[in-house]
Amino acid sequence: MAKLIYDKEGRLLFTKEMKEEYTILMPQMLPVHFGMFRQLLILEGYKVDMLTTNHRGIVDEGLKYVHNDTCYPALLVIGQLIDAIKNGGYDPHKVALFITQTGGGCRASNYIHLLRKALEKANLEFVPVISVNLSGLEKNPGWNLTISMLRKMIYAMMYGDLIINVANQVRPYELQAGDTDAMVERWEGQLIQSFQRGRGMNRKQMRELFDQIIADFAAIPVNQQEKIRVGVVGEIYVKFSPLGNNNLEEFLLAEGAEPVVPGLTDFMIFKIFNREVDVDIYGGLWLKKKACQFFKRYVEACQKDMIASLEKSRFRAPGTFEAMHQLVHGYLGDGNKMGEGWLLTGEMLELIHSGVPNIVCTQPFGCLPNHIVGKGMIRKLKDDYPNSNVVAIDYDPGATKINQENRIKLMLANAKQLAQQEAAESTQREKQLIGAGAH
Amino acid sequence: MTLRIGIDIGSTTVKVVVMDEDNKLLFRSYERHYSKARERACETLRSVEDMLKGKQVRLTITGSAGLGLAKAAGLDFVQEVYATAAAVNTYIPDADAVIELGGEDAKIIFFGGALEERMNGSCAGGTGAFIDQMATLMNVTVNELDDLSLKHEKIYPIASRCGVFAKSDVQPILNQGGRKEDVAASIFQAVVDQTIAGLTQGRELKGTIVFLGGPLHFLMGLRKRFIHTLHLDQDHAIFPEDGDCFAALGAALCASDYEAQPFDRLLTLLEESRDAVSVVDTMPPLFQNQEEYDAFIARHNASTPPKLDIHTYVGDAYLGIDAGSTTTKIALIAPDGGLLYTYYHSNQGNPVAVTLEQLKEIYRLCGNRIMIRGSAVTGYGEALIKNAFSCDLGLVETVAHYRAAAHFNPNVDFIIDIGGQDMKCFKVRNGAVDSIMLNEACSSGCGSFIETFAKALGYNIADFAQLGLFTQHPVSLGSRCTVFMNSSVKQAQKDGAGVEDISAGLSISIVKNAIYKVIRAVNADDLGKHIVVQGGTFYNDAVLRAFEQELGREVTRPAISGIMGAFGAALAARNLHLEKSALLTPEALEAFSHNAKPTTCKLCTNHCSLTVNSFEDGRRYISGNRCSRPLGKEKSSLPDLYRYKYQKLRSLAGKGLGDGSRGRVGLPFGLNMYENLPFWFELFTRLNFEVVLSPESTRKLYIKGQLTIPSDTVCYPAKLLHGHVEALVEAGVDAIFYPCMSYNFDEKSADNHYNCPVVAYYPELLAANVPNLKKTRFLNPYAGLHRPKDYERIGSQWFADTFGIPRKEAIAAIRAAYTAYNAYQEELRTVGAAYIEQARQDSLPILVLAGRPYHIDPEINHGINDLVSSFGFVVVSEDAVAYHQGYSPRKVLNQWTFQARMYNAAQYVCTQPDMQLIQLVSFGCGTDAITGDEVRSILEKGEKLYTQLKIDDISNLGAVTIRIRSLIAAIEERNHAS
Repeated sequence: MAKLIYDKEGRLLFTKEMKEEYTILMPQMLPVHFGMFRQLLILEGYKVDMLTTNHRGIVDEGLKYVHNDTCYPALLVIGQLIDAIKNGGYDPHKVALFITQTGGGCRASNYIHLLRKALEKANLEFVPVISVNLSGLEKNPGWNLTISMLRKMIYAMMYGDLIINVANQVRPYELQAGDTDAMVERWEGQLIQSFQRGRGMNRKQMRELFDQIIADFAAIPVNQQEKIRVGVVGEIYVKFSPLGNNNLEEFLLAEGAEPVVPGLTDFMIFKIFNREVDVDIYGGLWLKKKACQFFKRYVEACQKDMIASLEKSRFRAPGTFEAMHQLVHGYLGDGNKMGEGWLLTGEMLELIHSGVPNIVCTQPFGCLPNHIVGKGMIRKLKDDYPNSNVVAIDYDPGATKINQENRIKLMLANAKQLAQQEAAESTQREKQLIGAGAH
Repeated sequence: MTLRIGIDIGSTTVKVVVMDEDNKLLFRSYERHYSKARERACETLRSVEDMLKGKQVRLTITGSAGLGLAKAAGLDFVQEVYATAAAVNTYIPDADAVIELGGEDAKIIFFGGALEERMNGSCAGGTGAFIDQMATLMNVTVNELDDLSLKHEKIYPIASRCGVFAKSDVQPILNQGGRKEDVAASIFQAVVDQTIAGLTQGRELKGTIVFLGGPLHFLMGLRKRFIHTLHLDQDHAIFPEDGDCFAALGAALCASDYEAQPFDRLLTLLEESRDAVSVVDTMPPLFQNQEEYDAFIARHNASTPPKLDIHTYVGDAYLGIDAGSTTTKIALIAPDGGLLYTYYHSNQGNPVAVTLEQLKEIYRLCGNRIMIRGSAVTGYGEALIKNAFSCDLGLVETVAHYRAAAHFNPNVDFIIDIGGQDMKCFKVRNGAVDSIMLNEACSSGCGSFIETFAKALGYNIADFAQLGLFTQHPVSLGSRCTVFMNSSVKQAQKDGAGVEDISAGLSISIVKNAIYKVIRAVNADDLGKHIVVQGGTFYNDAVLRAFEQELGREVTRPAISGIMGAFGAALAARNLHLEKSALLTPEALEAFSHNAKPTTCKLCTNHCSLTVNSFEDGRRYISGNRCSRPLGKEKSSLPDLYRYKYQKLRSLAGKGLGDGSRGRVGLPFGLNMYENLPFWFELFTRLNFEVVLSPESTRKLYIKGQLTIPSDTVCYPAKLLHGHVEALVEAGVDAIFYPCMSYNFDEKSADNHYNCPVVAYYPELLAANVPNLKKTRFLNPYAGLHRPKDYERIGSQWFADTFGIPRKEAIAAIRAAYTAYNAYQEELRTVGAAYIEQARQDSLPILVLAGRPYHIDPEINHGINDLVSSFGFVVVSEDAVAYHQGYSPRKVLNQWTFQARMYNAAQYVCTQPDMQLIQLVSFGCGTDAITGDEVRSILEKGEKLYTQLKIDDISNLGAVTIRIRSLIAAIEERNHAS
C-alpha cells in the first residue's frame, strides 16, 4: 500500500505509487466535457471515476462537514465527494480526490481547503486531494498536468461546447425522444477513440470533426415548432450542473422552452485574459502578458473555428469572445475578474443581442461576485434593453424547487407575452409595408 | 355564455372567483385553507355548483401553492404575478405600480414604460406569515395588532429583511417595556421597508399605486404605513374592493385563452387528483412503538429535584426568576434545592405584570412560615425585572443554566438550551463555561416557530408535537433558516405529506439546525459525554428524541428543563448568603405601578431607542442604551481605538495642504475608504483638490439610498454606500471618486492580498444602479495601490487623462500619498501600543475587536465598542496588533488583506494573557463563513475563548450583551480556576 507522504507544510501528497493504486474521484459539472476529461486522464494512466450521484444525502453530508454559510457549490461538491467515499463502495484508503482551484479573490479559491477541513472532520484526513489548476499551485509527484494533456483537454472542451450547443438546439424539437442524447453519447465515444489514436487534436482535424458532428445532429428529424429560447447564465457550477441547479435545463424543456447555455470556452479565455489585463491595469511583466496573449489567441482561434463551422450550418452560432468583450463596455471594467466577473454580464448581453432576452441568472445564495455582476447589472440591462427579461434565481440547500420554479414561470409568462407582442408588431409592420407599397 | 373561474391558491388562503363574459364578478370567496388547499377549493366550488353545473366553463389556477395542484390535476395554470397584472390592466388601467402582499410572497409590478414584475427572493421571508408570527409573539390576534398599530406614538427600527431577524428586534423592545402600540406599528413599518427595499431595486414608486393581497386588504395600520412612507394622497393610493382576490380575478381573465370544458369534468379532475401522491423525502421514525416511547419517558423523568410542599414548609427560601424572551419562569427553592414553587408561562409581552402577579402569589403562599433570603434574575428581561422588583442579583443566562445543570449532573460538559426564541449552547471545561454558541439571528427558529406553525395548521403546540411521535415517515425539511422551512413545508404538503409527518419533520429540523448550524458539530463526541438539554422546547418529546437520534447518544433532560434558568438563578441567590433579600415587600408590591415610555436618546449619533421605565416610588430604569450617558453619567473614558480611528478618519476632509483650486472631489465614506482614505486625502489635497467626505453613516442616510440597492442579501456596509453617494451628489461636488480595487495593500502576511468581491467592485454596481450619479462625474477607475512603482506610472497617467494634471505633479502627490498612508498605519500602531500599555498599568483587560476597517463605523457596529468599553475593557482594533505576527500558513487560502489581519490578530492574542478577541461579522459576508471557523480554531488552539458578533442593519444588542457578559463570566471563572 502506498505510503502517506507530506510536504514541508504538512500537506498530504499524491505520490507516483498512489497513481498506480488509487482511484481518483472527480466531481462532475458538465456531463459531456467532464466525461471526456475523464477518458483523457484514463489514457494517461490514472484511474478516475466521475461522480454523477444526485440525491439528498449529498446535501446532508455537505451540511455536516462544510460551514453552512459557504457557497452552495462547495457544499455540494464536498458533500458529493464525501458521500462517494463513504457510500460509493470504495476502499477509503485507496481513493484520492480531484478538485479545481481557480485562484482569485472569490471564495471559490478556498474549496480545496474547505475540502481538506471536511475530510479531517470526517476522519478521512488520509485521503489525498489533488488541486487541478493552471497557476502552478500545490504540486504533487503523482500528478502532472502536462502541456500535451492540457492541449487535449482544450480540444475536449471545444468538442464539448459544440456538442452541447447543437444538442440544445435539437433536443427540444426532436421527433423521436432520446435521439439527441443518443447522438451525444455516440460522439463522445467516437471522439475518445480519435484521441486514443492521436487524432482530432489539431485545428485542421478539429474543423473536419466539427463539420461531421454538426451534420449528424442536423440529420436528427425535428419538428418545426416555434419555442421560446431561454438563456442560462450564472455562477459556473450552478449554471452547468444539474445537481446544483435542480435540473434547470430539464425543467425548461418540460415548460416548452429551448435552453441556450453559453459554453465553457469563453470562461477559459476569460480566465487567461484576466492575467493579461492585470498587467495593463496594475503593471507587471511584459513576458507574462505575451505568454497569456499567445495562449489566449490559440483558444480563441479554436473558438473561431467552431463559430465558422456553425455558421455554415442551420444552427445558430455563438459570438466570439472579443465581440462579447466589446458589449460589456460601459457596464463593467476589464479588471472585474473575481468569480465569473464581467463575463457573466457579457453573456447576458450576448444573449440579448442574439435574440434571447429571456434569461435565468443562476447563483448560489449569497454569492459575492454575483451581487455585482449578476443582480447588480439587471437594472442597467433593463434600462438599456427594455425587452430584457432576466430572472435571478438563488440556489442553496434550503431553497425549494417550487419557489424557484414559480419565479422561472413568471419569467416564461412574460417571455410568451413578449413574443406575442413582437409577432403582432411585425405583422403590423408588414401590413404597413404592404400598404405603403400599394400607394 | 361561458363563465370563467379563477382559483388562486396561496400559501395560507384559497381565493375563488367566477365571472361572466363582461368581466362582471358573479361570485368571490377568500378563505384560509390550513394546508388543505385542494379540499377547500373543491368545497368552495361545490357551494356554487348550482350556478355552474352542466355548463361549459374556462378555469385556470394560479398561486404559489397552486402550481403543484394544477399539475397533479391536469388543469391550466397561470403564474400569479402575471395574472395580477392582467387583472390590474383590465380594472385599473391607469395604475403605475402594484404592490401585492400575500401569505409569504411580496410582489411589485411596474406599469408604464417597460413592464416589470418582481417577487421577493428566497431570502426575504414572509409577509402575511410574518405578521402572523409577530402577532403570535405579542399574544394578540392579527386584527388586534392592527388596532394597536393605529394608536402608536413612535416607530422603532425593526430589521426589514427577514422575519426571523425582526423577531429578535421586537423581543427586546417588548421585554424592556416598549409599548405594544408602537411595536405593532413598527412591525408594519418593517413590512413596508422590506417590500420597498427588497423589490423596487432602483425603480421609483410613483404615480398611482394599487395595493393588493390579503394583508393590505384587511389591515388598516399596514395601509397607513405604506401611504405614509410613499407620500401618497388619496387619489394615488388605490385599495380596490376586491383587492384580496385580484390574482384570482386575473386567473379568470387569463382563462379566456384556454379551452372551455364541462364544469363537472373540471371539478372531478380537481377532486380526484388527491390520489396522485408523489414520493417525498422521508426519514426514519422517531419511535417504532409505544414501548420504546414509554422507556424513553421513564428514563428522562428520573432527573427530578425533590418536591416540597409550600403550604407546610417552614424555613428559608431563595427565589430565581428567568425573564425569558417569550416566557417568564420562576423557581422558589429550599436551601437543598428542593422545589417549593415553580411557574412557567408566556409573558404575554409584558414580563413586569406577569412577575408582579407571581410575586404576590408567592408571598401569599409563603405567609410567615417561609423567609425569602435571596433573589436573583436572569434572562432577556433581567435588567428590567431586577430594577423593577429590586432583586439581589442579576446574572447572565449562560451562567444560570450552568449552575442548574451542574446541580443535576456535576460532570456536565455540554449544555444546550433551546427556548422559545433563542438557542444557547456551551461547553464546560474545568468547571468554567467555555465556547458559548448562540444562534445567529438568521436561524433563531427554535420553539416559537413550531408553535406558530402549529397554530397555522390549526393545532395547539402540545397536540401538534405529539402527532409526530409515531409517524413512520417524518418528512425531511432541511436545516436552514426557518423562513425557508415555510416553503419546504409547502412543498412537502404538495408532495402529499401528512400533518404527522410534517410535525416530526419540524422537530428534526430544529435539532439539525441546532447541531449543524449553531454548534457546527460533526458527531456526538464534538459536544461532550455528559450532555444536559433544557429549555422549553425540549419539553417537546419529539424534539428531544430527534436530538438523541441525531447524536446517537442519550442525554439528560431534567424534568424541570423548562425552568432551569430560574432554578440556576435561585441557586445563585442562595450562594449569596444574604441575611435578607432586598426584594420588594408585599406592601411595596401592592403599591407597585409601572409605566414605560419610549424615547430616543439624542446624546450621540447612535440615537439609541430608549425605554424609560418609571415606577410608583419615583425610581426610574432606562433600557436600550449602549453607554451610560443617558443615565446621567459620563461616557466611559477608557481608551478605545475604534473611537480614535474613526475620529482620525473623519478629520481627513477639506483642503489639507493644498489650496483647493482644482475643485471639490467627493469621497464616499465606506468600505475600502476606511482603509485608503489617508492615501486619497493626501493625494487629492496635494493636487489642490478640496476633499468632501460624505456624511457620517446613519439609518437615515441608508434609507436615502435603499431604493437603488439591487441585491438585498449583500452586506449592510455595502448597502450604506448608496446613501453616501446620494449625499455627495446633493452636496454638489465636481466629481465623486470611488476606485475599484481587486487588490489591497500587500502586507506580506498572507498568500495573496485581495479585497473581497463586494469591496473590490461595488463602485461599478453603484454606477449601474444609482441614476443620480449621472448628475455628476463619477470616477471609478481600477487602482492598484499594491504596486507603488507601477501606480506612480499608471496613476499619474490617469490623472493626466482625467484632469489634465502634469505627470510630474501627480507623481509627487502619489509619493506623498504613500508616505501619508504609512504614517497613518504607524500612528495607529503607536496609539494602539500606548492604549495597551495604559490598560496594563491600570490592570484592565484588553479586547481586540476584530473586524474589517469599515466596522469602526458606529452605524455598522451599532456602538458595540461603547458597550464593550462600558464593561471595563480597553478596546483596540485588529490592525493595531496584527502586525506583530508575520506570515504563517493557515488551513484556509489566506488571500484577503483585511481577513489576514484577523488571523494574525487572533494569533497574537493567544500570546497575551490579558487580551481577548471578539470577531465582528456582517450578516451576508461570504468571506466570514471561512474566516469565522479559522479564527475560532486559532483561538481555541491558543486556549482562548472565541466570540463572534453578527451585525446587520439593525442590531440586537441584547444578544450582544449576553455574549459579552458570558465572555466576562467565563474569563472570571477561568481566572478563578487558575
